[in-house]
Amino acid sequence: MRPDLQELFRMEKLPHIWCPGCGHGIIMRAIAEAIKESGIDMDKTVIVSGIGCSSRAPGYMNFDTCHTIHGRALAFATGIKLANPELNVFVITGDGDATAIGGNHFIHAARRNIDLNVILFNNNIYGMTGGQYSPLTPTGSKATTSPYGNVERNFDIPTLAIAAGASYVGRGTAYHDKLLKDLIIAGINNKGFSLIEAISMCPTSFGRRNKLGNAAKMLELQKTAAINVKAAQKLPPEKLEGKFLIGELHNKPAPEFTEEYDKLIAKLRKEAEQ
Amino acid sequence: MSSAKTNKRFLSGDEAVAFAVKLSRPDVIAAYPITPQTVIVEKISEFVAAKEIDCQFLHVESEHSAMAASMGASLMGSRAFTATSSQGLLYMCEMLHYVSGSRYPIVMVNANRTVAAPWNIFGDHRDSLSQRDSGWIQIYVENPQEALDVTIQAFKIAENPQVSLPVMVNLDGFVITHTYELVEIPDQETVDKFLPPYQTTNKLDFDNPKSLSFTASPEWQTEFRYQQYEAMEAAKKIINQVDEEYGKIFGRSYGGLVQEYRCDDADYVLVAMGSVAGTTRLVVDKLRAEGKKVGLVKLRSYRPFPKEYFQDLGKKVKAVGVIDRDISFGYEGAVYTEVKAALFQPGSQVKTLNFIAGLSGRDITKENLTEMFTKLEAIDKGEKEDEVQFIGLRWA
Ligand SMILES: Cc1ncc(C[n+]2csc(CCOP(=O)(O)OP(=O)(O)O)c2C)c(N)n1
Repeated sequence: MRPDLQELFRMEKLPHIWCPGCGHGIIMRAIAEAIKESGIDMDKTVIVSGIGCSSRAPGYMNFDTCHTIHGRALAFATGIKLANPELNVFVITGDGDATAIGGNHFIHAARRNIDLNVILFNNNIYGMTGGQYSPLTPTGSKATTSPYGNVERNFDIPTLAIAAGASYVGRGTAYHDKLLKDLIIAGINNKGFSLIEAISMCPTSFGRRNKLGNAAKMLELQKTAAINVKAAQKLPPEKLEGKFLIGELHNKPAPEFTEEYDKLIAKLRKEAEQ
Repeated sequence: MSSAKTNKRFLSGDEAVAFAVKLSRPDVIAAYPITPQTVIVEKISEFVAAKEIDCQFLHVESEHSAMAASMGASLMGSRAFTATSSQGLLYMCEMLHYVSGSRYPIVMVNANRTVAAPWNIFGDHRDSLSQRDSGWIQIYVENPQEALDVTIQAFKIAENPQVSLPVMVNLDGFVITHTYELVEIPDQETVDKFLPPYQTTNKLDFDNPKSLSFTASPEWQTEFRYQQYEAMEAAKKIINQVDEEYGKIFGRSYGGLVQEYRCDDADYVLVAMGSVAGTTRLVVDKLRAEGKKVGLVKLRSYRPFPKEYFQDLGKKVKAVGVIDRDISFGYEGAVYTEVKAALFQPGSQVKTLNFIAGLSGRDITKENLTEMFTKLEAIDKGEKEDEVQFIGLRWA
């Protein structure tokens, strides 16, 4: 590990428990780099997670961290931010954690535009429980619960977040880790709900069953299937078929929940004093 | 003896449940994965995908939805099944009450696992026991074979018109769910005869529209509760009957609400639920060989609770120990409270101890069990013991 990053990790907890080839470690490092580069105060930073392989990440990170229950990380984080709006609050969650069992909190946190930095590790599967399909398992893909192919449709996480009211939305991948880091920094700088979808890979429970090759092949797939949103704007629609967009997908500052709340309190106090 | 044709397979508890579900022909299954239950759902997925079972399988987005979808199926008069564990069961809590109050005979298998925090995926009974008052019948099994047999029985118990209540079949996480044993799988034809298709009038009927899951004002709410109470009382008899009938047809029965082992002339008995009953039997045999008059009561049905059985037991034995793989903070083990309340009848001299053991996957060893019997003898001889004891506490 880069020596300057070591202070961001609980070195005694490493090595991590993720399977060989899992993308989660790359994403965790991108988060650490982003925190370091952004210059925010590590002692005023809290990282909250739900349950899943992705949600194990805060256990390795040398911050005030909180490993909560499945699907509820955003609700805990909302409470933390409201109790002390000065804190930088990060949420690490998985595709199942955030969009299946925790889907309701996801849309409401985005709707309020509360100042949280959410990094959603999307490995297209419930990794921790051994490979059942999630709302992000592509239609037709195999999972232990869809041995003949998944018939359900998927969410597009950025579209969902934008529609629900998030003010900053981006998507990176484990392959495009520099981009991912930059997006997380931009999210940190956004005063409001920032959602960064980080495309990960699960060779153990998703790749193998869907014959996607080893971890290196899966990373390569991220490289070839992703198109930066800026490049995509210049391409005809047929060139975008089967591709997904990465980069900054939405950046529209909006009133932030804790600030609006404080304004209301200040206003009422003033009125009471008069 | 059994008239059924059978075949034997090497199965884990979870797989045995999946076979039982297949044989019981549910119309709808809705579930969300959670360790150590997940294998049940995965195995059933395979059966469904391979068309070995004709049912709709919904992979919903949470346990709350799993139970809601199961009830939706039940509302249509379908046979519904789901499985969960621990946090998933807790998340269903609102729906558990809703299903039992609406009297739908859903069968659910719960892989017993402790509840967070601290996080731990291993077995104890704190998940299901915390749902004591949810209005579900709760049966605890000892091994994969019993898991299979009871899952089939559960539909018959639940759907009995005198009962019409949901049934939760509990099997210890990992120790039963993931342990392989030779399991006898009954043949479909015989199971079909034992468990005919579900018939009910408590369903939506397009020719005769009605409103289900309604509001009951204070004027009638008590009467609904009384009917639930009566149904649970009736279930005591039905659980015994179904177990007996199953035994006649399939050659295996388990004693219904409770199963005794060498209790006839016993002075000291341990009450246990789930997999630890097996180990306890070995210890009973060993101590019997040494001339100790000890026995085991395997408590199979926690709700309805076999009060009458324990009232009798209290008159026959000198001391009773209850093993609780749970603790109700602020009092004692949840099983102990029930057993004690029934044992102590006017004039009863029985002495009791509560052993809190096997929490969050901690093994309950033969040595632990021997120690428990020794303590029962000690209190009988007049020695003082703490009533509630944590077994194997590391700093004790
Ligand atoms: C209420 C509840 N239901 C189910 C579970 C079991 N469970 C733990 S992690 C998980 C899925 C995690 O998937 P995802 O969020 O995609 O994260 P990944 O492990 O793939 O990183 C499930 C279903 C649980 N812990 N709590």
